[in-house]
Amino acid sequence: MNLVPQPSFLPVDWWALGAVITLTLGCLVLLLLEFLPAREKGNRGGIVSLLTLVIAGYSVYRVAGEKRALFEGMFVHDPLTVFFTLLFCAVGVLSVLISWDYVKRTRINQAEYYALLLSAVLGMVIMAASNDLITIFLGLELMSLALYVMVGFRRARLESSEAALKYFLLGAFASGFLLYGIALLYGATGTTNLARMGAFLGDTTVIDNPLLLIGSLLVFTGFAFKVAAVPFHMWTPDAYEGAPTSVTGFMSAGAKAAGFAALLRVLLRALGPIEAQWGDLIAVVAFLTMTVGNVTALLQNNLKRMLAYSSIAHAGYILVAVAAGGPEGAASAVFYLAVYSFMNLGAFAVLTMMGQGRDERVLVSDLAGLGFRQPLLGVALTVFMISLGGIPPTAGFMGKIYVFSTAVKHPELMWLVIAGVLNSVVSVYYYLRVTVALYMREPDGESVAISWGTPAVIALILTLAATLYLGLVPQDLWVLAQRSVSGLL
Amino acid sequence: MPIPWLSFLVFFPLAAAALIALMPRSAERSVRLWATIAAAAEFVFSLPLWWRLIPGMPHFQFEERLDWIPAIGAQYHLGVDGISGLLALLTTFMTFIAVLGAWTAVEQRGREFFALVLVLEAGMLGTFFCLDLLLFYVFWEAMLIPMYLLIGIWGGKRRVYAAVKFFLYTMAGSVLMLIAILSLYLMQKNMTGVATFDLAAFYQMPIAPAQQFWLFLAFAFAFAIKVPMWPLHTWLPDAHVEAPTAGSVILAAVLLKMGTYGFLRFAMPLFPNALQQCGPWIAWIAIIGIVYGALVAMVQTDIKKLVAYSSVSHMGFCMLGLMAMNPQGFAGSMMTMLNHGISTGALFLLVGIIYERRHTRAISDFGGLWKVIPVFSVIFLIVTLSSIGLPATNGFIGEFLVLLGASRHNMAWAVVAALGVILSACYMLWMFQRVVFGPITHEENQKLTDLTLRERLVFVPLLLLIFWMGVAPQPFLDRCQPALDRTLQLTNDRAAAAGRMVGQLRGEPASATSNLTGGGQ
Repeated sequence: MNLVPQPSFLPVDWWALGAVITLTLGCLVLLLLEFLPAREKGNRGGIVSLLTLVIAGYSVYRVAGEKRALFEGMFVHDPLTVFFTLLFCAVGVLSVLISWDYVKRTRINQAEYYALLLSAVLGMVIMAASNDLITIFLGLELMSLALYVMVGFRRARLESSEAALKYFLLGAFASGFLLYGIALLYGATGTTNLARMGAFLGDTTVIDNPLLLIGSLLVFTGFAFKVAAVPFHMWTPDAYEGAPTSVTGFMSAGAKAAGFAALLRVLLRALGPIEAQWGDLIAVVAFLTMTVGNVTALLQNNLKRMLAYSSIAHAGYILVAVAAGGPEGAASAVFYLAVYSFMNLGAFAVLTMMGQGRDERVLVSDLAGLGFRQPLLGVALTVFMISLGGIPPTAGFMGKIYVFSTAVKHPELMWLVIAGVLNSVVSVYYYLRVTVALYMREPDGESVAISWGTPAVIALILTLAATLYLGLVPQDLWVLAQRSVSGLL
Repeated sequence: MPIPWLSFLVFFPLAAAALIALMPRSAERSVRLWATIAAAAEFVFSLPLWWRLIPGMPHFQFEERLDWIPAIGAQYHLGVDGISGLLALLTTFMTFIAVLGAWTAVEQRGREFFALVLVLEAGMLGTFFCLDLLLFYVFWEAMLIPMYLLIGIWGGKRRVYAAVKFFLYTMAGSVLMLIAILSLYLMQKNMTGVATFDLAAFYQMPIAPAQQFWLFLAFAFAFAIKVPMWPLHTWLPDAHVEAPTAGSVILAAVLLKMGTYGFLRFAMPLFPNALQQCGPWIAWIAIIGIVYGALVAMVQTDIKKLVAYSSVSHMGFCMLGLMAMNPQGFAGSMMTMLNHGISTGALFLLVGIIYERRHTRAISDFGGLWKVIPVFSVIFLIVTLSSIGLPATNGFIGEFLVLLGASRHNMAWAVVAALGVILSACYMLWMFQRVVFGPITHEENQKLTDLTLRERLVFVPLLLLIFWMGVAPQPFLDRCQPALDRTLQLTNDRAAAAGRMVGQLRGEPASATSNLTGGGQ
């Protein structure tokens, strides 16, 4: 750990910063490219984004084994950063692939779309790599502002604008809470740096300082909003439903993971010592989040809304891991986030293919009979639903095993584990509804047209393979998740 | 390294299923032929379980052990003993019969149907073979998916309701078992420092009686739903009635046995003290199930539903035999599992055959079949009698041993349960009489065609088994008895060990200890 100011950057530091630099450049290049005339059929925005994301991922991967603290410890390159940067790049790549044809057919302005996508990824990377509350806030705002715009991208549709406005207003409140919490924590500890804050709290005897408690609760509230935890989940269904489908997929995987990445780092590095004071609160929030998410999802007929409530429920499962606390809880949360990203993006990849032109067919009844007419889509969606429901042999099951086996270690959390598994039974009901529609119903009228596109199919196959592979052989990711939370800077 | 035979048995049907699913849609006819060949080959491959398994061996055989998730100590660990060996043979045999019996029953989407049946077979064999608790859970739940799809896609009118109910019921039970498995794993880790899901390690781990109670309940709940025990049985009639014939056959023949197998392999040996506490209750619930199932079967108007409720009754006998906790009860329970698989499987096939011809299953729509379709009627008679448990058919030996075992434990159990035997004769014979004897009341029944050659071929092995197991059950008992005795021994030893543990902890060796060990006979 090197916290003294560094005279100059070593090559390894440049590699470590590579993701941030590349994403920034990629974003700018995309905007500048708009000045050049584009070919009608070309998709240079997508190509540039893919290249940017791959280079960004490679740059960090190249120095994956290193640990560096940069900018006076505000930005750190450690296993957690590497894990989440790679995850965000993967989520970005998959999102670009599923957006490829969807954005074209829904006539969304491509350059801006991809530029915003890259800047959202950049914000996520910064959130995961920040070791300072101020930089975390910067990353969060960068990500959120990009997402507000992306949600409202289909200006012609009322739902889209409404969703963007709701998301923006509530998001602004949440940012306010977060910032206020940061200020209070700064007042109580005299620093915004997580490592120093942790060191201070480790020594201090005034741990029941009300400023600390209120500050940490406000910070938690800010993150709870981003990860869609009850009672800060109200924006989720509307934003998810109104946003273009590809954006919904992107933000359900990326924004949630980023929120948790920052939350985990804050808890592990800084607020660990006082977590005991409000650990019960996290447990209660976890319980409410999964229960409200699952029970409300039962009533949804719109797949995007259903997946929105399901994403709330999954945030609840991850909060169970957070409530378990410590590096083990964090590792299981990290594992779950990776798994959730793949299976959820896979499900959205299928949804982006439903319908043609500007049409969007995302009702459960639109799936009727699809399973036999389009075997690939049917099998893939079934696997994703089974995985989201946490049924073996899929990745979702392994995620649940990891989370619950961590939580079981705490006898006081037993009630939460029981509530969690019973919740997963409830959730299976609405995930099964999708398979019922796919295989056991016939369409009423005309069956839904499918817009095939090679990139989306590639994304579908990648996520399908990941979901099945991680369900059968989770060892590697498991070890990676464990390593990612050990030796934080 | 020896050939991984058990893995081969598990993965062969899976590979066959993949190939069948990839066959062209136009090849509907050849699909069923290839599926039959695959199921037959699987049965032949599994046959060596009959003679290569050495009954007296004190441990599992043909073991295979690979690291699966080293991070948590989960292993891919397979092995087989007399109990799982016989059940695996039942699985491969009945799957073959079910596939052969489904040739004409499945009118569309044959590829998917046969592929799913083979996937289901792989899941069932995996569940019987695995000796690692996490792997067991994976197979146990993964198995639900093909069965759910079989009921939901190829089932009757209320198929979706029945399929979802089946899935949710089973899942609700098993998630609690998952917590119990994780808790056991954690206890093991804290006690020995070794992270493992290995069943053998859990067999050696003493568990304090106070903790056993809740863990046992979680396991027992999962298994009781699968058996199914009254009052958790309500998914069964729906699933059975709505499932396609092959699905009903496999459900009755094998899936229900998973519940009793789970008790025998996991719940009872792992938590013997809790078993002593709850055993009498479970036995009485089983007895209620026996009588209740029989009484409800009596008033059914649908043949398939009648057979479904008779399953509830018969599975009650299996549970009663297990709770008797003596060699006779165990052997009777094991034999009843096999017998029920064969007899009820055959009954569902017969119902399926008559349904294919008449598209009705109502008892009142039949009558006088004896003259029209004699071959069918004779087979129906034999299977009915075997289901009742007439001596010289397979059903007799199992129920007799269960009642013997129960009477040695508690005479009242045997007396009330024997009522179930009498009632089963009532409802089966009454149904048989209304369907097969009497005048022909419906004109359509005049034109019924008798069994085709394929259908007769399906029943030849079933009838042979019915008589073989009825007249000479000894080879079957020889194969499972040593393993059953070992399980019994293990259960009693563990009860004594846990009792000693309590004694040591409290420093009062006398009263508590003797109480706990005393009840185990």
